[in-house]
Amino acid sequence: MTAGRGMQLSRERLLEAYRSMRTIRDFEERVHEEFEAGNLPGFVHLYAGEEASAVGVCSHLDDGDRICSTHRGHGHSIAKGCDVEGMWKELHGSSEGLCGGKGGSMHVADLSKGMMGANGIVGGGPPLALGAAMAAKTLKTGKVAVTFTGDGGSNQGTTFESMNFASVFRLPVLFVFENNGYAEATSSSWSVACGDIVNRAPAFGMPGTQVDGFDFFSVHDAAGEAVERARSGGGPTLIEVRFGRFYGHHEGDNQSYRAAGEVDALRRDRDCLKIFRRRVTEAGLLDDAGLDAVDADVAGLMDRCVEAARAAPRPTPDQLTADVYVSY
Amino acid sequence: MARVISMRKAINEALFQVMEEDPTVILLGEDIAGGEGSPGDDDAWGGDMGITKGLQPRFGKERVMDTPISESAIIGTAVGAATSGLRPVAELMFVDFMGVCFDQIMNQAAKFRYMFGGKARTPVVIRTQIGAGYNAAAQHSQCLYPVFAHIPGIKCVVPSSAYDAKGLLIQAVRDDDPVIFFEHKVLYDEVRDDVPEEMYAVPFGEANIVREGSDCTIVAIARMVHKAGEAAEALAGEGVECEIVDPRTISPLDEDAILESVEQTGRLVVVDEAYPRCNMAADIAALAAREAFGALRAPVRTVSPPHTPVPFAPELEAAFIPSAGKIADAVRRTVGYAA
Repeated sequence: MTAGRGMQLSRERLLEAYRSMRTIRDFEERVHEEFEAGNLPGFVHLYAGEEASAVGVCSHLDDGDRICSTHRGHGHSIAKGCDVEGMWKELHGSSEGLCGGKGGSMHVADLSKGMMGANGIVGGGPPLALGAAMAAKTLKTGKVAVTFTGDGGSNQGTTFESMNFASVFRLPVLFVFENNGYAEATSSSWSVACGDIVNRAPAFGMPGTQVDGFDFFSVHDAAGEAVERARSGGGPTLIEVRFGRFYGHHEGDNQSYRAAGEVDALRRDRDCLKIFRRRVTEAGLLDDAGLDAVDADVAGLMDRCVEAARAAPRPTPDQLTADVYVSY
Repeated sequence: MARVISMRKAINEALFQVMEEDPTVILLGEDIAGGEGSPGDDDAWGGDMGITKGLQPRFGKERVMDTPISESAIIGTAVGAATSGLRPVAELMFVDFMGVCFDQIMNQAAKFRYMFGGKARTPVVIRTQIGAGYNAAAQHSQCLYPVFAHIPGIKCVVPSSAYDAKGLLIQAVRDDDPVIFFEHKVLYDEVRDDVPEEMYAVPFGEANIVREGSDCTIVAIARMVHKAGEAAEALAGEGVECEIVDPRTISPLDEDAILESVEQTGRLVVVDEAYPRCNMAADIAALAAREAFGALRAPVRTVSPPHTPVPFAPELEAAFIPSAGKIADAVRRTVGYAA
C-alpha cells in the first residue's frame, strides 16, 4: 500500500468521502429491497460495490465540473452531489423527483451540480463530455469533464471517436472506464480484444492508468493527477477502474453467468467500505467511532428518504406535455 | 437595406452576424474551414459547399473548428457544449450522414429538456444539406427531415428562400431548443431574393403564404416551393389560381395557416421531396382530413418521389424529383374532381 495523496486528506475530507460511499451503498441496498418489494417501477441497475470509483473521482470535482454517467448512475449522481431525497422520489416517478418524475433511474440529472445525466445508451456519454470540456476550454473556466463508461461502453465506436477527438483538441476530459467484468452478462475478458482497456490509451495519444477500484485511495490518487493535468491544459486521460459489482446487470438478473460464490467473495474480501475503514483506522487517520456515527447518520437519512419517496406526490396529467416545445 | 443575394450568401451572412452578436456561438464540423494541419491555406474550403467561408479568418480557430470526420463526436461536442454555456452551430455536411450520430440527436439532444424535468437547455443548431438535383446518388441526396420531425424535442427548419434562410438561421441560434437546419443544396445558388443587410429573425411555426389563390392550396417544402410556383404559373394561364403555403418549419408546424387556406380553397395538394411513406405530405394530408373534412371538395393529393433510393443517372434522378408538371397534374385532377 502506498501513502499517496489520498492518505494525506484532512479528517473532514476523509469522512466526507466515507459518507458519500456509505450513502451510495445504503441507497443501492434500499433500492434493491424496495424493488424486490414491488415498490419501484421501471429498470434499475445497482452500483453497490463500485462506490470507490465514483467517490474517488468526484472528490476532485466541484459543481462547475461536469460528469456524464451511465445506466448504472446512482453512485455517480450521489458522488456529484445530487439530492438523495430528490433521487429517491425520481425513482418513484414523483413530481417532486429530481427530474419531475420524467427521467427515472436511468436519467437522473442535475446540471446545477454538474451532473449531466445518467444515460440509457451505452456509449452515449463520451461525446457529450467532449462538449462540456469544449465549453470549459472555450470559455476558459478551468473546469473539467469526466465521462464514466463501463467495459461495455468501452467497446463502442462513439467512445473511440471521443477519445481521438479529445486528444486532437487537448480537451480537459477524463475517460473513466469502470470495468466490473461484465457488459450485461458478457465478460470483458472476452469482449475487450486488447485485454485491458488501459491498453487503448496510447493508441489515442493520451496517458492511461489502471487502478484498483476496491480501494478509494487508488482511484483518488490517479484521478487527482488526471484532473490536475486536464485543468492545466494537459489534455485527456484514460483511467481503467478494475472491480466487481455486488448485484446483477439489472434488478431481476439471476446472474447465472457468474461463478458460484463470486459475489459472496467480493462482499467478504473486496468491499471498498471495509477496505477504506481498515486503511484509515490502521493509519490512525479516523477511528471506528467516527465511522460508525456516519453509518448511523446515513441509515437515518435513508429511512427518511424512503418514507418521503413512498408518500411523494404523483405527476398530474398536464405534466405529460410540459417541457417539450410543441406537442400535437 | 435589402439587396438580392443567394441563399448561400444569406446563410454565410447570418453566421457572421450571430458570431459578431454572441461570443458564445462556436462553429464546428468537417472542413468548415478546410485545411487544419495541412500545408496550404487554413480556410481553403470554408465548408464543402463554401457556406462557412471567411468565418475562421474572422473569428479564429477557437470559435471556428475543423474537426476529424467523427460525426458522433462532432454532434456530442455541440450538444454537450450547448448544455454547458455555449451556442454551438455544428455542420453535418449531408443529412445522409446522420445515421452515424443519430443517437446523439434523437436520444440525447432531443430528450434533455423533457427527461430532466425542464431543467436543461440545449441551444444547439445542426446545419445539414438535403435534397436531390446534383446527381449525387443515394447517399448524398436524401430529404430525411421527416425522420427528425418524428422526434419530439427537435425543431426542424426547411428554408426555401434566401430571406427565410437568414432569418430562420438567426432564430435557430437564438433558440434554446435543439434545431436542425436543413439546407437544400440546389437552392444555395438557384435561389436569389431580397435580403436585408441587418439582422432579423423569422419566427418558427409561422408559415409563409408565398402566393395567394382561391382554387387550390399547395403546401410545399424547401425546393418544392419553387416547383409549386412554376406549376402555379402554368395553371394561372388555364384560369386555376393556386395558393402556395410554405411551412418554413415542419416542427413546429403551422397547422392553422394550412387549415385556414384549405378552408378557403376547399382543395389541397401537398408536395414533398421526401420519400412518400410517413413523410410530411402524408402528415399534412392527414391533418386536413382530420380538421378540414367539411371544407374539402376533393380528395387531398400528395406529390412525392417514388419509394426508392435516389438514383444516380441524370434522367432517373429527374424522374425521381417531383416536377412542376407532376404538381400541375395533381392540381388539375383535384380541381376537376367530381364526386
